Amino acid sequence: MIDYMEQVLHYLPQVLFAVALGVTSYFFYKSIARIRRNINLGRDLQLEGPTAERWKTMARVAMGQTKMVVRPVAGIMHILIYLGFILINIEVLEILLDGLLGTHRLFKPLLGKAFYSFLIGFFEFLALLVVVACVVFLYRRNVHKLKRFWKPEMKGWPAKDGNYILIIELILMSFLLIMNASDPTVDGFLISGFLKPLMPADEGTLHLIERVAWWGHILGIFAFLNYVPYSKHFHIIMAFPNTYWSNLNAKGSFNNLESVKKEVELMMDPNADPYAAPPEPDPNAAVLRFGAKDVKDLSWKQLMDSYTCTECGRCTSECPANQTGKMLSPRKIMMDTRDRLEAVGKNIDEHGPDHDDGKALLGDHISAEELWACTSCNACVQACPVNIDPLSIIMDLRRYLVMEESNAPTELNSVFTNIENNGAPWQFAQADRFNWASE
Amino acid sequence: MAETLTVPTMADYMARGEAPEILFWVGCAGSFDDRAKKITKALVKLLQKAEVKFAVLGTEEACTGDPAKRAGNEFLFMMQAMMNVQVLNGYGIEKIVTACPHCFNTLKNEYPELGGSYDVIHHTQLLRDLMKDGKLKVEGGSFKGKRITFHDPCYLGRGNGEYEAPREVLEKLDAELSEMKRCKTRGLCCGAGGAQMFKEAEKGDKEVNIERTEDALEVKPDIIAAGCPFCNTMMTDGVKHFEREDNVQVLDVAELIASAADL
Ligand code: SF4
Ligand code: SF4
Repeated sequence: MIDYMEQVLHYLPQVLFAVALGVTSYFFYKSIARIRRNINLGRDLQLEGPTAERWKTMARVAMGQTKMVVRPVAGIMHILIYLGFILINIEVLEILLDGLLGTHRLFKPLLGKAFYSFLIGFFEFLALLVVVACVVFLYRRNVHKLKRFWKPEMKGWPAKDGNYILIIELILMSFLLIMNASDPTVDGFLISGFLKPLMPADEGTLHLIERVAWWGHILGIFAFLNYVPYSKHFHIIMAFPNTYWSNLNAKGSFNNLESVKKEVELMMDPNADPYAAPPEPDPNAAVLRFGAKDVKDLSWKQLMDSYTCTECGRCTSECPANQTGKMLSPRKIMMDTRDRLEAVGKNIDEHGPDHDDGKALLGDHISAEELWACTSCNACVQACPVNIDPLSIIMDLRRYLVMEESNAPTELNSVFTNIENNGAPWQFAQADRFNWASE
Repeated sequence: MAETLTVPTMADYMARGEAPEILFWVGCAGSFDDRAKKITKALVKLLQKAEVKFAVLGTEEACTGDPAKRAGNEFLFMMQAMMNVQVLNGYGIEKIVTACPHCFNTLKNEYPELGGSYDVIHHTQLLRDLMKDGKLKVEGGSFKGKRITFHDPCYLGRGNGEYEAPREVLEKLDAELSEMKRCKTRGLCCGAGGAQMFKEAEKGDKEVNIERTEDALEVKPDIIAAGCPFCNTMMTDGVKHFEREDNVQVLDVAELIASAADL
C-alpha cells in the first residue's frame, strides 16, 4: 500500500504535466481551427504557388526581418527577441521532455557537460538580451510614448495587449534564470551564475524555489501559447504564411474586378442582342457584390492580413493622410477588419452560419470619411514589416461605396461624368484633346 | 505664345502605311492642363531632337480610367480601358511612353488582363535610355551650382519600383542633386493620388502637399524636380503657399533636360 502511494506520488508530476500539456494543446488547436475557419470565410482568391519566389519572400521578410530594420532601434531589438525566442525553444524542448519522462536536465548527459553548459549559457545570454529589449520596448511605449503607439485606435485593449506580452516575456525570462540559479545539480551558468550567491543555502528551500521556477516557466509558456491567438502577438505564427502569400505584383497594380469585366464586355459587345432576355439567375449563386461591404466580401488573403497585423503602426506613421490629421489610419483598417471578423465568427458559433447581426465592416467600423482620405500612395504597404496590404481593403470598400451605394463625394461624381462624356476628368471636349500641339 | 509643333498622329502614320517606334501617351493632364502641356511639349521636343520616330493618338486618346479606378468606379475604368485597348490594338501598338506615372501604371499593369499588353515606359526611363545610347546629349552648364531635389511620384517609385531612372537623368545636369529626408521607398506622397486631385481633402490639420513641400524646402533647393503632372501641380501650389515661387522652381525632369538642351 505504501509502495503504491509512493508510486503514485512519484508519477504525479509527470501525470500533471501531461494533463497540462494536453489541455494547452487542445485549446491551442481550437484557436487555430477557429481562426482558420474565419479566414476561410473570405472570398476565394487564386494565388499562384508554391513558387521559389514565395519561399524567398517568406525567408527574406519573415525570417530575415528585412523590413523591420528600416527602423534600426526597433528592428535590432526585435531581432534579439525573435532570436531569443527561437533558440530558447531548445531549452523548452528539454523542459517538455523532462516533464513528460520524469527526467531532470535530460540533455546534459546527451550533449556532454561542457557543451551543455555552453549552450545554456548562450541561452541565458539571449534571455538577458530579451530582458533588455523588453524593458526598452516598455519604455518606448509607456514612458517615451512613441507617437505611433498613442493613436486613437490603440486606446484600451490594444495598448494593454502590447504591454502584457512584454511583461509576460519578462516574467518567463526571470523564471528561466531563477530556475537555473537554484538548481544544485548544475554549476553556475553564464548569467544565472551571478544569481547563485543570492539563493538560500537550505537545500529544501532551494529545491522548492527551483521547482516553482521550473513549473512557473513552463506553465507560463503554456498560458502564453493560448494567449497568443487572441493577441497581436499572433504575428509570430501568421507572419510566415502571410509573407509566403505576399502580393508579388507591382504595388501600383490594382486587381481588375472579374464581375465588372464580364458586364462591361457584354455591354460593349456589338454582337450582343440588346433585347435578349437576361439569363436565368442561378438561385444558388452567392449574391455578387461589387466591392466589399463586410469581411466576407474580402478575400481570404485580406482576412489573413488582419490576423497577421502586429499593430506596430509603421503603416500609420508613414501614411500621408494620417500625418496631416485625417481620420484615416491604415493600422485601424486592419484592426477593424480583425475585430469584425472575430465578431462574425462568434455569431456563427452562437447563432449558426446564416445569422445576420445587421452590422458590417463598412459603416459600423470604418467610415466613408476614412476611406476617402486615402491617396493610394502605397506607403503603408511599403512600411509593413509583414507585407500586409491595407490599401487593398480601402479600395474594396471604396468600390462598394461607389458602385453599390453611389456614395462618392460630389466632385468625384462630376469627374465620373466628365470621363464618361469627354474622356477626361475635366470638362473639356474630346475634340480639343490635341489642341496643345498647335497652341 | 503660339509655337506650333508638328506632332504626328497614329492616323498620319497609318495613312502613310508606316508605324512609329513608340507611341507617346499624352494623358489628360498633358493634353488639357496648362502647366502639364508645357511638359508634353518639352518631351515632344526631346523626342524630336533624339530623332525618335513617335506618334500620339491625338483626339483618339481618352482617359486611361485611372482616376475612376482609384475612386472605386471599376465600371467606368473598364469601359475606358476596353475602349482604349481597342484603339491601341487597332493600331498594333507595341511600345508606349508617357510622362504621367498614373497612365504609366495603369497601361503597364492593369491593361494586360483586359487584352492590352504593351511595353510601357515612363518618360524618365526613355530619357535615360536615349542618353545612355548617346542619342540625346545635354550640356548641364546652365544648371551648374544649382541644387535640385527630386520628388518621387508614388506610382513610379513605390508603385513600380523605379527610383533610379529620374535620378540618372538629373545627374547629367551637372547640378547638385540633394535628397529629401524622406525619399525613394519612404518618399511622402504629394497628396494628389487616389483621385484626391479631383476632390476637397478630408478634414485634417494640414494639406499633404504642404507637408511635402516642407520636406523639399528643407534641402534649400533651387529646383524641385517632378516626374508627374499632378505632383507638379501639388508642389507648385506648396511653393506658392510658402511664397517661395521667386527662388524655387518646380519643373518636370523633361523640362529640365529640354532647357539644358536649349530646346
Ligand atoms: S495608401 Fe492610403 S492608407 Fe496607405 S499610406 Fe497611402 S494614404 Fe495612407
Ligand atoms: S498593417 Fe503592418 S505596419 Fe500596419 S500596424 Fe499592422 S503590422 Fe504594423
